[in-house]
Amino acid sequence: MPTITLIEHCGTSHTIEAETGKTLMQNALDNMVPGIDADCGGACACGTCHCFVEGDWEPASGTADAMEEAMLGMRPDRTEQSRLSCQIEVNDALDGMVVRLPEYQM
Amino acid sequence: MNQAEKLPDPNTTPLAQFDLSDPRLYEQDAWRPYFARLRAEDPVHYQSDSPFGPFWSVTRFEDIMAVEANHEVFSSEPTIVIGDLTEDLPIEMFIAMDPPKHDLQRRAVQPVVAPQNLAQMESLIRSRVAEILDHLPVDETFNWVDRVSINLTTQMLATLFDFPFEERHKLTYWSDLAAGSPEMAGGNVDQEERMTGMMDCLETFTRIWHERKTREGGFDLISLLQRDPNTADLVERPMEYLGNLVLLIVGGNDTTRNSASGGVLALNQNPAEYAKLRANHSLIPGMVSEIIRWQTPLMHMRRTATRDVEFKGKQIRKGDKIVMWYLSGNRDENTIDNADEFIIDRSNPRHHSSFGFGVHRCMGNRLAEMQLRILWEEIMQRFSFVELVGEPERVQSNFVRGFATMPVKLHPL
Repeated sequence: MPTITLIEHCGTSHTIEAETGKTLMQNALDNMVPGIDADCGGACACGTCHCFVEGDWEPASGTADAMEEAMLGMRPDRTEQSRLSCQIEVNDALDGMVVRLPEYQM
Repeated sequence: MNQAEKLPDPNTTPLAQFDLSDPRLYEQDAWRPYFARLRAEDPVHYQSDSPFGPFWSVTRFEDIMAVEANHEVFSSEPTIVIGDLTEDLPIEMFIAMDPPKHDLQRRAVQPVVAPQNLAQMESLIRSRVAEILDHLPVDETFNWVDRVSINLTTQMLATLFDFPFEERHKLTYWSDLAAGSPEMAGGNVDQEERMTGMMDCLETFTRIWHERKTREGGFDLISLLQRDPNTADLVERPMEYLGNLVLLIVGGNDTTRNSASGGVLALNQNPAEYAKLRANHSLIPGMVSEIIRWQTPLMHMRRTATRDVEFKGKQIRKGDKIVMWYLSGNRDENTIDNADEFIIDRSNPRHHSSFGFGVHRCMGNRLAEMQLRILWEEIMQRFSFVELVGEPERVQSNFVRGFATMPVKLHPL
Protein backbone atom coordinates (compact mmCIF):
# COMPACT_ATOMS: atom_id res chain seq x y z
CA MET A 1 0.00 0.00 0.00
CA PRO A 2 1.58 3.29 -1.08
CA THR A 3 1.77 6.04 1.51
CA ILE A 4 0.40 9.40 0.36
CA THR A 5 0.39 12.67 2.30
CA LEU A 6 -2.39 15.20 1.79
CA ILE A 7 -1.88 18.66 3.27
CA GLU A 8 -4.90 20.85 3.93
CA HIS A 9 -4.73 24.53 3.08
CA CYS A 10 -4.49 25.37 6.77
CA GLY A 11 -1.38 23.17 7.00
CA THR A 12 -2.83 20.09 8.68
CA SER A 13 -1.21 17.04 7.19
CA HIS A 14 -2.84 13.64 6.67
CA THR A 15 -0.70 10.64 5.75
CA ILE A 16 -2.77 7.76 4.47
CA GLU A 17 -2.15 4.17 3.43
CA ALA A 18 -3.76 4.38 0.01
CA GLU A 19 -5.45 1.52 -1.76
CA THR A 20 -4.10 0.87 -5.24
CA GLY A 21 -6.58 0.72 -8.11
CA LYS A 22 -8.78 3.33 -6.44
CA THR A 23 -8.60 7.02 -7.20
CA LEU A 24 -6.81 9.48 -4.95
CA MET A 25 -10.17 11.20 -4.41
CA GLN A 26 -11.78 7.99 -3.16
CA ASN A 27 -8.80 7.22 -0.95
CA ALA A 28 -9.01 10.70 0.59
CA LEU A 29 -12.74 10.31 1.25
CA ASP A 30 -12.29 6.79 2.66
CA ASN A 31 -9.72 8.21 5.10
CA MET A 32 -11.94 11.16 6.05
CA VAL A 33 -9.45 13.74 4.77
CA PRO A 34 -11.29 17.11 4.76
CA GLY A 35 -10.97 19.52 1.85
CA ILE A 36 -12.21 17.33 -0.98
CA ASP A 37 -15.91 17.62 -1.82
CA ALA A 38 -16.18 15.37 -4.89
CA ASP A 39 -19.75 16.49 -5.61
CA CYS A 40 -20.09 14.50 -8.84
CA GLY A 41 -18.76 11.29 -7.35
CA GLY A 42 -15.68 10.96 -9.51
CA ALA A 43 -16.85 11.61 -13.05
CA CYS A 44 -14.51 14.51 -13.84
CA ALA A 45 -17.66 16.61 -14.06
CA CYS A 46 -17.66 19.06 -11.15
CA GLY A 47 -14.10 20.11 -10.31
CA THR A 48 -14.58 19.86 -6.53
CA CYS A 49 -11.79 17.35 -5.85
CA HIS A 50 -9.12 19.79 -7.00
CA CYS A 51 -5.62 19.28 -5.58
CA PHE A 52 -2.02 20.32 -6.25
CA VAL A 53 0.48 17.53 -6.90
CA GLU A 54 3.79 18.45 -5.27
CA GLY A 55 7.27 18.00 -6.66
CA ASP A 56 8.11 15.61 -9.44
CA TRP A 57 5.15 13.26 -9.19
CA GLU A 58 3.70 14.04 -12.59
CA PRO A 59 5.21 11.08 -14.47
CA ALA A 60 3.81 8.62 -11.95
CA SER A 61 0.44 10.31 -11.45
CA GLY A 62 -0.22 10.98 -15.11
CA THR A 63 -1.36 14.14 -16.89
CA ALA A 64 -4.75 15.72 -17.25
CA ASP A 65 -6.73 14.79 -20.35
CA ALA A 66 -8.83 17.27 -22.34
CA MET A 67 -11.92 16.93 -20.14
CA GLU A 68 -9.92 17.38 -16.95
CA GLU A 69 -8.13 20.36 -18.50
CA ALA A 70 -11.50 21.91 -19.29
CA MET A 71 -12.67 21.48 -15.71
CA LEU A 72 -9.41 22.76 -14.24
CA GLY A 73 -9.63 25.77 -16.53
CA MET A 74 -12.68 26.95 -14.55
CA ARG A 75 -10.74 27.14 -11.31
CA PRO A 76 -9.63 30.65 -10.31
CA ASP A 77 -6.81 29.10 -8.22
CA ARG A 78 -5.49 26.77 -10.92
CA THR A 79 -1.70 26.25 -11.11
CA GLU A 80 0.74 24.04 -13.07
CA GLN A 81 0.36 21.46 -10.30
CA SER A 82 -3.43 21.36 -10.47
CA ARG A 83 -5.15 18.00 -10.90
CA LEU A 84 -8.54 16.54 -10.15
CA SER A 85 -7.91 13.82 -7.62
CA CYS A 86 -10.69 11.67 -9.09
CA GLN A 87 -8.56 11.34 -12.21
CA ILE A 88 -5.46 10.05 -10.43
CA GLU A 89 -5.50 6.30 -9.98
CA VAL A 90 -3.31 5.24 -7.09
CA ASN A 91 -0.51 2.82 -7.94
CA ASP A 92 2.63 1.66 -6.13
CA ALA A 93 4.78 4.21 -7.94
CA LEU A 94 2.95 6.95 -6.00
CA ASP A 95 4.42 5.79 -2.67
CA GLY A 96 5.61 8.94 -0.89
CA MET A 97 3.61 11.40 -3.00
CA VAL A 98 2.65 14.72 -1.42
CA VAL A 99 -0.52 16.51 -2.46
CA ARG A 100 -1.72 19.90 -1.28
CA LEU A 101 -5.39 20.79 -1.03
CA PRO A 102 -6.79 24.15 -2.12
CA GLU A 103 -8.31 26.82 0.11
CA TYR A 104 -11.77 25.99 -1.24
CA GLN A 105 -13.57 23.77 -3.69
CA MET A 106 -16.15 25.20 -6.11
CA MET B 1 -50.80 23.99 -23.79
CA ASN B 2 -54.51 24.51 -23.42
CA GLN B 3 -54.89 25.44 -19.75
CA ALA B 4 -58.36 23.94 -19.52
CA GLU B 5 -57.38 20.61 -21.02
CA LYS B 6 -56.61 17.84 -18.57
CA LEU B 7 -53.10 16.43 -18.39
CA PRO B 8 -52.84 12.92 -19.90
CA ASP B 9 -52.80 9.94 -17.53
CA PRO B 10 -49.10 9.29 -16.80
CA ASN B 11 -49.60 5.54 -16.38
CA THR B 12 -51.74 4.63 -19.40
CA THR B 13 -50.85 7.25 -22.01
CA PRO B 14 -48.36 6.04 -24.65
CA LEU B 15 -44.96 7.69 -24.13
CA ALA B 16 -45.20 9.14 -27.62
CA GLN B 17 -48.03 11.36 -26.39
CA PHE B 18 -46.14 12.83 -23.43
CA ASP B 19 -45.31 16.51 -23.75
CA LEU B 20 -42.48 17.21 -21.33
CA SER B 21 -42.38 20.83 -22.44
CA ASP B 22 -45.91 21.47 -21.16
CA PRO B 23 -45.44 24.00 -18.33
CA ARG B 24 -48.63 22.73 -16.63
CA LEU B 25 -46.74 19.58 -15.63
CA TYR B 26 -44.62 21.75 -13.36
CA GLU B 27 -47.13 24.41 -12.42
CA GLN B 28 -49.45 21.64 -11.17
CA ASP B 29 -46.50 19.71 -9.70
CA ALA B 30 -47.66 16.65 -11.65
CA TRP B 31 -44.36 15.73 -13.31
CA ARG B 32 -43.11 12.87 -11.09
CA PRO B 33 -44.92 9.84 -12.59
CA TYR B 34 -44.19 10.98 -16.15
CA PHE B 35 -40.47 11.09 -15.54
CA ALA B 36 -40.50 7.90 -13.46
CA ARG B 37 -41.94 6.12 -16.47
CA LEU B 38 -39.42 7.63 -18.85
CA ARG B 39 -36.48 6.68 -16.62
CA ALA B 40 -37.78 3.11 -16.47
CA GLU B 41 -39.02 2.58 -20.01
CA ASP B 42 -37.22 4.99 -22.33
CA PRO B 43 -34.55 7.00 -20.51
CA VAL B 44 -33.34 8.76 -23.67
CA HIS B 45 -36.67 9.66 -25.19
CA TYR B 46 -37.53 11.37 -28.46
CA GLN B 47 -40.55 13.63 -28.54
CA SER B 48 -41.37 14.24 -32.19
CA ASP B 49 -43.68 17.17 -31.63
CA SER B 50 -44.09 19.99 -29.13
CA PRO B 51 -44.90 23.70 -29.22
CA PHE B 52 -41.10 24.15 -29.25
CA GLY B 53 -40.45 21.57 -31.96
CA PRO B 54 -39.06 18.06 -31.51
CA PHE B 55 -36.51 17.30 -28.78
CA TRP B 56 -34.82 14.48 -26.89
CA SER B 57 -35.31 14.08 -23.15
CA VAL B 58 -32.43 12.65 -21.10
CA THR B 59 -33.83 11.59 -17.75
CA ARG B 60 -31.25 9.47 -15.89
CA PHE B 61 -28.56 10.99 -13.67
CA GLU B 62 -25.60 9.17 -15.29
CA ASP B 63 -26.79 9.99 -18.81
CA ILE B 64 -27.18 13.66 -17.93
CA MET B 65 -23.56 13.70 -16.73
CA ALA B 66 -22.43 11.97 -19.93
CA VAL B 67 -24.17 14.51 -22.18
CA GLU B 68 -22.84 17.41 -20.18
CA ALA B 69 -19.27 16.08 -20.23
CA ASN B 70 -19.25 15.95 -24.02
CA HIS B 71 -19.48 19.60 -24.96
CA GLU B 72 -17.98 19.04 -28.40
CA VAL B 73 -20.89 16.88 -29.55
CA PHE B 74 -23.55 18.41 -27.30
CA SER B 75 -23.17 22.14 -27.78
CA SER B 76 -24.63 24.89 -25.60
CA GLU B 77 -25.09 27.08 -28.65
CA PRO B 78 -27.37 28.70 -29.70
CA THR B 79 -29.32 28.47 -26.45
CA ILE B 80 -29.89 26.32 -23.36
CA VAL B 81 -33.67 26.24 -22.94
CA ILE B 82 -36.13 24.14 -24.96
CA GLY B 83 -37.45 27.02 -26.99
CA ASP B 84 -35.26 29.03 -29.32
CA LEU B 85 -34.23 32.63 -28.82
CA THR B 86 -36.75 35.19 -29.95
CA GLU B 87 -35.62 37.12 -33.01
CA ASP B 88 -36.35 40.52 -31.53
CA LEU B 89 -33.75 40.04 -28.81
CA PRO B 90 -30.75 38.03 -30.05
CA ILE B 91 -28.85 38.11 -26.77
CA GLU B 92 -25.64 36.15 -26.22
CA MET B 93 -24.44 34.82 -22.88
CA PHE B 94 -21.61 32.56 -21.82
CA ILE B 95 -23.93 29.84 -20.56
CA ALA B 96 -24.94 29.48 -24.22
CA MET B 97 -21.39 29.48 -25.60
CA ASP B 98 -18.93 26.64 -26.03
CA PRO B 99 -15.24 26.67 -25.12
CA PRO B 100 -13.00 28.54 -25.70
CA LYS B 101 -15.13 31.71 -25.73
CA HIS B 102 -17.24 30.46 -22.83
CA ASP B 103 -14.17 29.85 -20.70
CA LEU B 104 -12.77 33.35 -21.24
CA GLN B 105 -15.98 35.12 -20.30
CA ARG B 106 -16.76 32.89 -17.34
CA ARG B 107 -13.26 33.27 -15.94
CA ALA B 108 -13.71 37.03 -15.88
CA VAL B 109 -16.60 36.90 -13.41
CA GLN B 110 -15.92 33.67 -11.52
CA PRO B 111 -13.70 35.28 -8.82
CA VAL B 112 -16.64 37.22 -7.36
CA VAL B 113 -18.26 33.98 -6.21
CA ALA B 114 -15.10 32.14 -5.18
CA PRO B 115 -15.35 30.99 -1.56
CA GLN B 116 -12.50 33.17 -0.24
CA ASN B 117 -14.53 36.22 -1.28
CA LEU B 118 -17.71 34.69 0.02
CA ALA B 119 -16.15 34.43 3.44
CA GLN B 120 -15.82 38.22 3.43
CA MET B 121 -19.50 38.56 2.53
CA GLU B 122 -20.76 36.20 5.20
CA SER B 123 -21.25 38.74 7.98
CA LEU B 124 -22.97 41.16 5.59
CA ILE B 125 -25.36 38.47 4.41
CA ARG B 126 -26.02 37.38 7.97
CA SER B 127 -26.90 40.89 9.11
CA ARG B 128 -29.25 41.32 6.15
CA VAL B 129 -30.92 37.99 6.78
CA ALA B 130 -31.35 38.97 10.44
CA GLU B 131 -32.85 42.29 9.40
CA ILE B 132 -35.33 40.59 7.07
CA LEU B 133 -36.37 37.99 9.65
CA ASP B 134 -36.66 40.49 12.50
CA HIS B 135 -39.16 42.55 10.52
CA LEU B 136 -41.52 39.69 9.71
CA PRO B 137 -44.97 39.62 11.28
CA VAL B 138 -45.52 36.95 13.90
CA ASP B 139 -48.75 34.93 14.26
CA GLU B 140 -50.16 36.41 11.09
CA THR B 141 -50.26 34.97 7.56
CA PHE B 142 -47.91 36.50 4.97
CA ASN B 143 -46.28 35.57 1.64
CA TRP B 144 -42.86 33.99 2.30
CA VAL B 145 -41.87 34.35 -1.36
CA ASP B 146 -42.11 38.15 -1.31
CA ARG B 147 -41.04 38.94 2.19
CA VAL B 148 -38.12 36.54 2.51
CA SER B 149 -37.03 34.67 -0.64
CA ILE B 150 -37.20 37.54 -3.11
CA ASN B 151 -36.04 40.10 -0.58
CA LEU B 152 -32.95 38.09 0.35
CA THR B 153 -31.81 37.19 -3.16
CA THR B 154 -32.47 40.66 -4.52
CA GLN B 155 -30.32 42.24 -1.83
CA MET B 156 -27.55 39.77 -2.64
CA LEU B 157 -27.74 40.53 -6.34
CA ALA B 158 -27.56 44.26 -5.71
CA THR B 159 -24.42 43.64 -3.66
CA LEU B 160 -22.78 41.49 -6.34
CA PHE B 161 -23.43 44.11 -9.02
CA ASP B 162 -22.95 47.04 -6.63
CA PHE B 163 -26.31 48.15 -8.02
CA PRO B 164 -28.09 51.17 -6.49
CA PHE B 165 -29.58 49.52 -3.41
CA GLU B 166 -32.84 51.49 -3.35
CA GLU B 167 -33.56 50.46 -6.97
CA ARG B 168 -32.78 46.80 -6.45
CA HIS B 169 -36.37 45.65 -7.11
CA LYS B 170 -35.64 46.32 -10.79
CA LEU B 171 -33.21 43.40 -10.81
CA THR B 172 -35.95 41.00 -9.75
CA TYR B 173 -38.34 42.48 -12.27
CA TRP B 174 -35.83 42.06 -15.12
CA SER B 175 -35.02 38.56 -13.98
CA ASP B 176 -38.69 37.55 -14.12
CA LEU B 177 -39.09 39.14 -17.55
CA ALA B 178 -35.99 37.45 -18.93
CA ALA B 179 -36.89 33.98 -17.69
CA GLY B 180 -40.62 34.20 -18.36
CA SER B 181 -40.72 34.21 -22.15
CA PRO B 182 -43.54 32.06 -23.60
CA GLU B 183 -41.51 31.13 -26.70
CA MET B 184 -38.41 30.09 -24.80
CA ALA B 185 -39.67 28.46 -21.63
CA GLY B 186 -43.45 28.34 -21.74
CA GLY B 187 -43.83 31.33 -19.45
CA ASN B 188 -46.56 33.99 -19.50
CA VAL B 189 -44.67 37.27 -19.78
CA ASP B 190 -45.95 39.71 -22.37
CA GLN B 191 -43.43 39.98 -25.19
CA GLU B 192 -43.67 43.76 -25.50
CA GLU B 193 -43.25 44.28 -21.77
CA ARG B 194 -40.28 41.93 -21.88
CA MET B 195 -38.66 43.85 -24.71
CA THR B 196 -39.16 47.22 -22.98
CA GLY B 197 -37.81 45.85 -19.70
CA MET B 198 -34.76 44.28 -21.30
CA MET B 199 -33.90 47.53 -23.06
CA ASP B 200 -34.27 49.40 -19.75
CA CYS B 201 -31.94 46.83 -18.17
CA LEU B 202 -29.37 47.36 -20.90
CA GLU B 203 -29.58 51.16 -20.69
CA THR B 204 -29.30 51.16 -16.91
CA PHE B 205 -26.29 48.87 -16.89
CA THR B 206 -24.65 50.75 -19.76
CA ARG B 207 -24.87 53.90 -17.65
CA ILE B 208 -23.44 52.03 -14.67
CA TRP B 209 -20.61 50.69 -16.83
CA HIS B 210 -19.55 54.19 -17.91
CA GLU B 211 -19.86 55.64 -14.41
CA ARG B 212 -17.84 52.81 -12.95
CA LYS B 213 -15.13 53.08 -15.58
CA THR B 214 -13.67 56.05 -13.71
CA ARG B 215 -13.60 54.21 -10.41
CA GLU B 216 -10.77 51.90 -9.44
CA GLY B 217 -10.49 48.60 -7.66
CA GLY B 218 -14.14 47.58 -7.33
CA PHE B 219 -14.84 43.92 -6.76
CA ASP B 220 -18.34 43.79 -8.16
CA LEU B 221 -19.28 41.91 -11.33
CA ILE B 222 -19.20 45.00 -13.56
CA SER B 223 -15.74 46.06 -12.36
CA LEU B 224 -14.46 42.52 -12.91
CA LEU B 225 -15.76 42.48 -16.48
CA GLN B 226 -14.10 45.85 -17.10
CA ARG B 227 -10.74 44.72 -15.75
CA ASP B 228 -10.52 41.45 -17.68
CA PRO B 229 -9.00 41.95 -21.14
CA ASN B 230 -11.45 39.43 -22.62
CA THR B 231 -14.50 41.40 -21.55
CA ALA B 232 -13.13 44.95 -21.17
CA ASP B 233 -15.05 46.07 -24.27
CA LEU B 234 -18.21 44.07 -23.58
CA VAL B 235 -20.31 47.23 -23.39
CA GLU B 236 -19.62 47.79 -27.08
CA ARG B 237 -21.37 44.50 -27.86
CA PRO B 238 -24.80 45.33 -26.39
CA MET B 239 -26.52 41.98 -27.03
CA GLU B 240 -23.61 40.14 -25.43
CA TYR B 241 -23.47 42.55 -22.50
CA LEU B 242 -27.21 42.24 -21.97
CA GLY B 243 -27.05 38.47 -22.36
CA ASN B 244 -24.42 38.08 -19.69
CA LEU B 245 -26.27 40.48 -17.38
CA VAL B 246 -29.42 38.41 -17.80
CA LEU B 247 -27.43 35.27 -17.12
CA LEU B 248 -25.97 36.63 -13.90
CA ILE B 249 -29.28 38.14 -12.77
CA VAL B 250 -31.38 35.04 -13.45
CA GLY B 251 -28.61 32.75 -12.22
CA GLY B 252 -28.37 34.60 -8.93
CA ASN B 253 -32.07 35.12 -8.45
CA ASP B 254 -34.53 32.44 -9.50
CA THR B 255 -32.36 29.66 -8.19
CA THR B 256 -31.67 30.68 -4.61
CA ARG B 257 -35.04 32.39 -4.33
CA ASN B 258 -36.98 29.24 -5.11
CA SER B 259 -34.77 27.05 -2.96
CA ALA B 260 -35.40 29.46 -0.09
CA SER B 261 -39.12 28.85 -0.57
CA GLY B 262 -38.81 25.18 -1.46
CA GLY B 263 -37.11 24.40 1.84
CA VAL B 264 -40.11 25.69 3.78
CA LEU B 265 -42.44 23.51 1.74
CA ALA B 266 -40.22 20.42 2.04
CA LEU B 267 -39.93 20.74 5.83
CA ASN B 268 -43.68 21.23 6.20
CA GLN B 269 -44.35 18.17 4.06
CA ASN B 270 -41.85 16.15 6.10
CA PRO B 271 -42.45 16.95 9.78
CA ALA B 272 -40.07 14.23 10.97
CA GLU B 273 -37.25 15.96 9.09
CA TYR B 274 -38.23 19.29 10.62
CA ALA B 275 -38.03 17.64 14.04
CA LYS B 276 -34.53 16.35 13.23
CA LEU B 277 -33.48 19.87 12.28
CA ARG B 278 -34.90 21.37 15.51
CA ALA B 279 -32.94 18.82 17.51
CA ASN B 280 -29.68 19.35 15.65
CA HIS B 281 -28.83 22.59 13.86
CA SER B 282 -25.53 21.16 12.63
CA LEU B 283 -27.56 19.33 9.99
CA ILE B 284 -28.15 22.63 8.17
CA PRO B 285 -25.28 22.45 5.63
CA GLY B 286 -26.33 18.97 4.48
CA MET B 287 -29.97 20.00 4.53
CA VAL B 288 -29.19 22.91 2.22
CA SER B 289 -27.81 20.52 -0.41
CA GLU B 290 -30.86 18.30 0.04
CA ILE B 291 -33.17 21.29 -0.42
CA ILE B 292 -31.35 22.23 -3.62
CA ARG B 293 -31.74 18.66 -4.89
CA TRP B 294 -35.36 18.46 -3.78
CA GLN B 295 -36.31 21.78 -5.35
CA THR B 296 -34.19 21.60 -8.54
CA PRO B 297 -34.88 25.30 -9.20
CA LEU B 298 -33.76 25.06 -12.83
CA MET B 299 -35.43 21.96 -14.21
CA HIS B 300 -33.39 21.46 -17.33
CA MET B 301 -30.64 22.63 -19.61
CA ARG B 302 -30.66 22.00 -23.31
CA ARG B 303 -27.86 21.05 -25.69
CA THR B 304 -27.80 20.85 -29.49
CA ALA B 305 -26.03 18.04 -31.37
CA THR B 306 -23.15 19.26 -33.53
CA ARG B 307 -23.09 15.99 -35.50
CA ASP B 308 -24.90 12.67 -35.85
CA VAL B 309 -24.14 10.56 -32.82
CA GLU B 310 -25.34 7.35 -31.21
CA PHE B 311 -26.17 7.83 -27.53
CA LYS B 312 -27.46 5.00 -25.30
CA GLY B 313 -28.62 3.11 -28.37
CA LYS B 314 -30.46 6.09 -29.86
CA GLN B 315 -29.52 7.76 -33.12
CA ILE B 316 -29.29 11.48 -32.49
CA ARG B 317 -29.04 13.68 -35.59
CA LYS B 318 -27.02 16.81 -36.10
CA GLY B 319 -29.10 19.79 -35.01
CA ASP B 320 -31.35 17.80 -32.66
CA LYS B 321 -32.20 19.37 -29.31
CA ILE B 322 -31.23 17.33 -26.24
CA VAL B 323 -32.90 18.34 -23.00
CA MET B 324 -31.22 17.17 -19.79
CA TRP B 325 -33.89 16.99 -17.11
CA TYR B 326 -32.06 17.74 -13.85
CA LEU B 327 -35.43 17.41 -12.16
CA SER B 328 -35.56 13.77 -13.20
CA GLY B 329 -31.87 13.06 -12.56
CA ASN B 330 -32.45 14.15 -8.99
CA ARG B 331 -35.13 11.43 -8.60
CA ASP B 332 -33.09 8.68 -10.24
CA GLU B 333 -33.04 5.68 -7.88
CA ASN B 334 -30.04 4.22 -9.71
CA THR B 335 -27.91 7.06 -8.35
CA ILE B 336 -29.73 8.44 -5.30
CA ASP B 337 -31.16 6.17 -2.59
CA ASN B 338 -34.80 6.87 -1.73
CA ALA B 339 -34.68 9.64 -4.29
CA ASP B 340 -38.32 10.61 -3.84
CA GLU B 341 -37.81 11.23 -0.14
CA PHE B 342 -36.62 14.44 1.49
CA ILE B 343 -33.90 13.39 3.96
CA ILE B 344 -31.90 16.19 5.58
CA ASP B 345 -29.06 13.98 6.85
CA ARG B 346 -28.09 12.07 3.72
CA SER B 347 -24.56 10.70 3.71
CA ASN B 348 -23.69 12.24 0.34
CA PRO B 349 -26.06 15.19 -0.08
CA ARG B 350 -23.95 17.06 -2.62
CA HIS B 351 -24.32 14.29 -5.17
CA HIS B 352 -27.24 15.86 -7.04
CA SER B 353 -27.82 17.25 -10.51
CA SER B 354 -29.21 20.71 -9.69
CA PHE B 355 -25.93 22.51 -10.46
CA GLY B 356 -25.33 20.62 -13.69
CA PHE B 357 -21.93 19.19 -14.60
CA GLY B 358 -18.97 19.90 -16.82
CA VAL B 359 -17.67 23.30 -17.85
CA HIS B 360 -21.10 24.92 -17.44
CA ARG B 361 -21.59 23.70 -13.88
CA CYS B 362 -23.25 26.38 -11.76
CA MET B 363 -20.73 29.10 -11.05
CA GLY B 364 -22.48 30.48 -7.96
CA ASN B 365 -23.13 27.16 -6.25
CA ARG B 366 -21.13 27.97 -3.12
CA LEU B 367 -22.78 31.39 -2.81
CA ALA B 368 -26.21 29.77 -3.11
CA GLU B 369 -25.33 27.23 -0.45
CA MET B 370 -23.98 29.92 1.84
CA GLN B 371 -27.08 32.12 1.55
CA LEU B 372 -29.39 29.21 2.28
CA ARG B 373 -27.24 28.00 5.16
CA ILE B 374 -27.27 31.44 6.80
CA LEU B 375 -31.00 31.78 6.18
CA TRP B 376 -31.75 28.52 8.01
CA GLU B 377 -29.24 29.20 10.78
CA GLU B 378 -30.96 32.51 11.49
CA ILE B 379 -34.48 31.08 11.13
CA MET B 380 -33.67 28.42 13.72
CA GLN B 381 -32.43 31.11 16.11
CA ARG B 382 -35.83 32.79 16.01
CA PHE B 383 -38.67 30.50 15.06
CA SER B 384 -39.74 27.05 16.15
CA PHE B 385 -41.92 26.63 13.09
CA VAL B 386 -42.34 28.35 9.73
CA GLU B 387 -45.80 26.94 9.20
CA LEU B 388 -47.26 26.58 5.73
CA VAL B 389 -50.89 27.64 6.09
CA GLY B 390 -52.17 27.31 2.52
CA GLU B 391 -51.35 25.91 -0.91
CA PRO B 392 -48.33 27.54 -2.51
CA GLU B 393 -48.83 28.85 -6.03
CA ARG B 394 -46.22 27.76 -8.58
CA VAL B 395 -44.96 29.69 -11.60
CA GLN B 396 -45.79 28.69 -15.16
CA SER B 397 -42.57 27.53 -16.82
CA ASN B 398 -40.83 24.43 -18.10
CA PHE B 399 -37.48 25.87 -17.03
CA VAL B 400 -37.76 27.62 -13.66
CA ARG B 401 -39.33 25.52 -10.91
CA GLY B 402 -40.55 28.30 -8.73
CA PHE B 403 -43.20 29.69 -6.45
CA ALA B 404 -45.28 32.81 -6.94
CA THR B 405 -46.77 32.73 -3.44
CA MET B 406 -46.35 30.70 -0.26
CA PRO B 407 -48.59 31.61 2.68
CA VAL B 408 -46.90 31.00 6.02
CA LYS B 409 -47.29 31.83 9.69
CA LEU B 410 -44.33 32.14 12.04
CA HIS B 411 -44.14 30.59 15.49
CA PRO B 412 -41.44 32.24 17.61
CA LEU B 413 -39.18 30.15 19.81
